[in-house]
Amino acid sequence: MLYVIKRILATIPVMVVVALFVFFIIRLGPGDPASVIAGDYATAEDIEEIRIKLGLADPIHVQMGKWMLQLASGDLGHSYHSNLQVTTLISQRLEPTLLLAASTIILTVLVAIPLGTLAAYKAGSWIDKFVMVFSVAGFSIPVFVLGYILVYFFAMELRWLPVQGYKSPFEYGLLPFLRHITMPAVTLSVIYIALISRMTRASVVEVLNEDYVRTARAKGQSEFKILLRHALRNAAVPIVTVLGISVALMIGGVVVTESVYNVPGLGRLVLDAVLARDYGVIQGLILFFSFIYIFINLLIDLSYTFIDPRIRY
Amino acid sequence: MTNIISGVRNRIIGGMAALLMGGMSVFSFAHAESVLKIIPHADLKNLDPIWTTAYISRNHGYMIYDTLFAMDESFTPQPQMVDTWTQSDDGMNWSFTLRDGLNWHDGSAVTAADCVASLERWGKRDGMGQALMKHMGSMTAIDDKTFEMKLAKPFGLVLESIGKISSNVPFMMPARVAATDAFEQISDFTGSGPFMFNKDEWVPGSKVVYKKFDGYNPRSEPASAAAGGKLALVDAVEWTYFPDQMTAMNALMAGEVDYFESPANDLAPMMAANPDITVEVNDPLGNIGFLRFNHVQPPFDNVAIRRAALMAVKQEDYLAGAVGDQAYWSTCYSVFPCGTPMATDINNDIIQVADTAKAAAALKAAGYDGTPVIIMQPTDVPVLSAFSLITAQKLRDAGFTVEVQAMDWSTLTSRRAKRDPVSEGGWNIFHTWWIGADIMDPTSIAFSGNPDAGWFGWPTDPISEEARMAFFSAGSMEEKRALSSTVQNQAWENAFSGHLGQFFSPVAYRNNVKGLIKSPVQFFWNMSK
Repeated sequence: MLYVIKRILATIPVMVVVALFVFFIIRLGPGDPASVIAGDYATAEDIEEIRIKLGLADPIHVQMGKWMLQLASGDLGHSYHSNLQVTTLISQRLEPTLLLAASTIILTVLVAIPLGTLAAYKAGSWIDKFVMVFSVAGFSIPVFVLGYILVYFFAMELRWLPVQGYKSPFEYGLLPFLRHITMPAVTLSVIYIALISRMTRASVVEVLNEDYVRTARAKGQSEFKILLRHALRNAAVPIVTVLGISVALMIGGVVVTESVYNVPGLGRLVLDAVLARDYGVIQGLILFFSFIYIFINLLIDLSYTFIDPRIRY
Repeated sequence: MTNIISGVRNRIIGGMAALLMGGMSVFSFAHAESVLKIIPHADLKNLDPIWTTAYISRNHGYMIYDTLFAMDESFTPQPQMVDTWTQSDDGMNWSFTLRDGLNWHDGSAVTAADCVASLERWGKRDGMGQALMKHMGSMTAIDDKTFEMKLAKPFGLVLESIGKISSNVPFMMPARVAATDAFEQISDFTGSGPFMFNKDEWVPGSKVVYKKFDGYNPRSEPASAAAGGKLALVDAVEWTYFPDQMTAMNALMAGEVDYFESPANDLAPMMAANPDITVEVNDPLGNIGFLRFNHVQPPFDNVAIRRAALMAVKQEDYLAGAVGDQAYWSTCYSVFPCGTPMATDINNDIIQVADTAKAAAALKAAGYDGTPVIIMQPTDVPVLSAFSLITAQKLRDAGFTVEVQAMDWSTLTSRRAKRDPVSEGGWNIFHTWWIGADIMDPTSIAFSGNPDAGWFGWPTDPISEEARMAFFSAGSMEEKRALSSTVQNQAWENAFSGHLGQFFSPVAYRNNVKGLIKSPVQFFWNMSK
């Protein structure tokens, strides 16, 4: 408990540093939200007037002070374009992203861990080679290429699945949700299956050579139980680490998949905000992602204590 | 412990039942309403069509607002919300009476005071509106349905300005909304147009939903461009923005959407080959490509060097390279779109030279000293990116030292506002396009010769500016054409910009969609499926 409290308190200075860093870095970059807002045929005077109204003409320290005061009151800011609160924009996009990430991780775990374990168990065999070739292919094929291929076959030719879009299970039901999430989740999971299966194979191969595994075999344990209870469990720590980091990265980093399948998630929100120079949204989102990343890292670290009883904080 | 487990189990079962029931109920939802599903050309970020000139915000405005006058397909202003109007013999006094039965979406009646307030707000932002207000003496509501304009100076474009078709369109809003500072966004989206904006379903960057306004009172005339009867023939219109063109095309071909506003030209043949889809050009005026010089920084502060650069421009090369299929482009050597009333051939030899050898000779004669030319290349806008590279090559062939700087469009819009030297973040050339409807006459800021109040590039030409200002007061078509000719003469003489030809963006829609209106702006009334 003390460890958890210390970790939570440690996020505060981290978040302050992130807030300052993102504030300055986006203002150092080229571009200006006022010129984007004014539109292509506005005059320079129009743009300057808008800058004044948005507070962008204020001295930088004044802008920063306002931003920090806002944060201190729990306000992540608002969009210069839509005038909506960043929290509203996040709440609109969070569900598709979370459910896409969850679906991807579930698929990844169900496929990658058995595949990697099997490859490790049959190290050197054609199964092992197949898994490694699949792993390289999975890393190599661009997400959008795989996406277009899946859309062509399953949506355009076979008409089994829709081309695009997202349907919330809470609004439209489970079946429409599953139909819409299947291809994006499969597309996204390929790279993670490639990564996790390879990691699993490497970890399990290492563990299978340990003395306690030899002991377990000598005592007559079945190979299945040896793999599940001894090998996989001891190999789980690095696998869980990579899985956790993958989830954190997915929250804001799946913009290509979201674009190909037209899923209105957080990845696209970030991209749109950057292209539109929507400073308020960029700042709020980066902070949100930082918090998520820190939180997931904490969960990963805490999970170690369940996986490996030797780890205590 | 047992109670906790059974409670969790019951919640899971209940949740799954709710999910499944929700899945079954989607079928009844789908059949209750007719929904026209549109892929717009951009995502709707800003909801105030007076605050921004962005075309997507203009299109949003047309969904939920109405206008006093509107352009028909011959670009003649026709009454829309106005029933009758009078004009004094000297053109200085105007009186407008609204039609009966005009209501806001909240049920209250539209009044003349609402219209006056809306025009005043519009007149603070729009170039044509600013010109009108400069000529205005007073504008007052006489009663609930009538308002008057008393001009202080002659203005020959009263109806053309309050009926203008493109940004900023003088949309009518309730007076309480129009009271918003013109440089701040409105927060109330009550309009009197054929559709209502459903703010609860708006997901910026993704989805916009408009519901039919049952209280709308359309005109009886048939629809003609922005004018005529605006019949909402579907229960709802749903805009879903697709960041990926291929996905958008596939969605249209699979029948998941009904209409694709702006497909990439290279995807058009694939859709045209689909028997369920129609691909056609809906905008008769198209877009005009622009090569814009920075007139205040070397080397293009020298008119002879600008003219030498224009001699290297060959419209066919730009259009073939950036647009492709010749079915979607045509050359045009008028600064006003070909086929429009002010189009003319006067003094356009310079843009037809199209010879880099002659351009090189002219450049040498102009005394070019090798000053590098910085071309801003917006890599996220394919047509403009191509224009930039074509210009770079042509100028190099003509002897210019050229540097292309890649950036995104947002960076370009910010940087082009700088008048600084290149070494301090300035620029020499950028490319863009205007839709034909926005540059049909000299009133467009694209033709301004006033460097202090003009468009980016800041050409100085008092003769052109005087003609342009006179156009606002011009009465007869002959006078307007004469003034337009003066503006064109100066535009080519002074090499304001390079005009890169006229190109047309097709639209694509499923064959069960009916009622498209031919217009430079896409309207969604009159459409059914």
